[in-house]
Amino acid sequence: MGRHTPLYDLHKSQGARLVDFGGWDMPVQYASQIEEHHAVRRAAGVFDVSHMCVIDLTGARTREFLQWLLANDVGKLTRPGKALYSCMLNEAGGVIDDLIVYFLSASDFRLVVNAGTRDKDLAWIRRHAQDFGVEVRERVDLAMLAVQGPQARQASVTLLAASDRERALALPVFGGAAVADWFIARTGYTGEDGFEIMLPGEKAVEPWLALNSLGVVSCGLGARDTLRLEAGMNLYGNDMDESTHPFESGLGWTVALEPAERRFSGREALERVVAAGSARQLVGLLLEDRGVLRSHQKVIVAGGTGEVTSGTFSPTLERSIGLARIPSGSVTRVEVDIRSKLLAARTVKPPFVRAGKSLLS
Amino acid sequence: MSQAPADLTYTKSHEWVRKLKDGTVEIGITDHAQHELGDLVFAEVPEKGRVLAAGEACAVVESVKAASDVYCPIAGEVTAGNPDLASAPELINQDAFGRGWLLRLRPAGAPAGALLSAAEYEELLRAEGS
Repeated sequence: MGRHTPLYDLHKSQGARLVDFGGWDMPVQYASQIEEHHAVRRAAGVFDVSHMCVIDLTGARTREFLQWLLANDVGKLTRPGKALYSCMLNEAGGVIDDLIVYFLSASDFRLVVNAGTRDKDLAWIRRHAQDFGVEVRERVDLAMLAVQGPQARQASVTLLAASDRERALALPVFGGAAVADWFIARTGYTGEDGFEIMLPGEKAVEPWLALNSLGVVSCGLGARDTLRLEAGMNLYGNDMDESTHPFESGLGWTVALEPAERRFSGREALERVVAAGSARQLVGLLLEDRGVLRSHQKVIVAGGTGEVTSGTFSPTLERSIGLARIPSGSVTRVEVDIRSKLLAARTVKPPFVRAGKSLLS
Repeated sequence: MSQAPADLTYTKSHEWVRKLKDGTVEIGITDHAQHELGDLVFAEVPEKGRVLAAGEACAVVESVKAASDVYCPIAGEVTAGNPDLASAPELINQDAFGRGWLLRLRPAGAPAGALLSAAEYEELLRAEGS
């Protein structure tokens, strides 16, 4: 038996099929994964993401610590509540995890890291936080709901006191704020607008049910995966891991090499990659023949081979899409070995879908 | 637990067989099987005229989760593959024993192994913990 979030009984009562995810028993779907996916693109869905790990950092030198710890630069976060997406790298420039960091106040920052990497991340962070006198607190008391879709924010704020609604709706993208005993962030993993709401675990059931009664659909990890892949978002463990650096993982845009004086973990290794040029790249793939792209399928390009890192069938596009790591260079057509047949695919610069619409010509 | 219509026979690999009035048989996967696979996105069925051996992989059903081979319970010649599945593979999820049929064939010999009655198939599902 895996770990349970505060919503476990609720998921069971709603007929969810549960699977192990990073040591947690989580809902993969309720009735239909494809219908849940469509609900998020067309209206709104709610996901239990309480398995993810919230870490609060406190201390006078927290900003300085994070400027060493993270490949993106928290120096860019000047307004309280603002957040950014970053990789955390080891000394070889390999990705330990990807995460979101929130600037709360001069001495307080919050990280949200992946469930499957929790223990590793906490050990790394705790070890290095000591050098900066930063206090590390894992927030096991919090649950987290992701409410996503064009109607998500409107539905969510009806659960707030009238006096708090405007403030919540005024949050900019990648902004967060404490509202009553919630922390509301305008972030997500679906490519739609919406909120991720961190709240006391024992109070998570009521808002979920209230959202259902407003027509917000309960959604599982199956839909979460098809949504994030359509949105061109990486999944740690599939699309990158400790053996890959950001530039071969489609994450070069999250690395802040300027200012040059900012020494961060993994910087030297990345500078060597930049100087030599990365040997590999992560591309989007659209399968042109009938079939489904899946992790580890071999990809054949002119003069080399690569591998699919993530693949699925896109409900919005009604085609199979994926991400793949292939040799660097300009590549438009590839072949993918799917169950011993070579199927044709073309490369696409992610994302595949935006605002519910296909970006493909 | 998934129902198993009494007038069909079954295999341990979750296919069903229905005898049709004209002497041919209709073959599909059970409701239990479609539930395990999840939402189906593709179904490849054999073409009319194809000759199949008992136990031969004759069709493929693919969900977001996995691709699964379907094994032909009885040797014979294919008289039809379900034409609706190319555009609507979800028929298998919605009506596995009816509109989600995969193929029809004219049997040429005995089945691959003993086919199970509905009661025996339901017992198999109970033993598997469904």
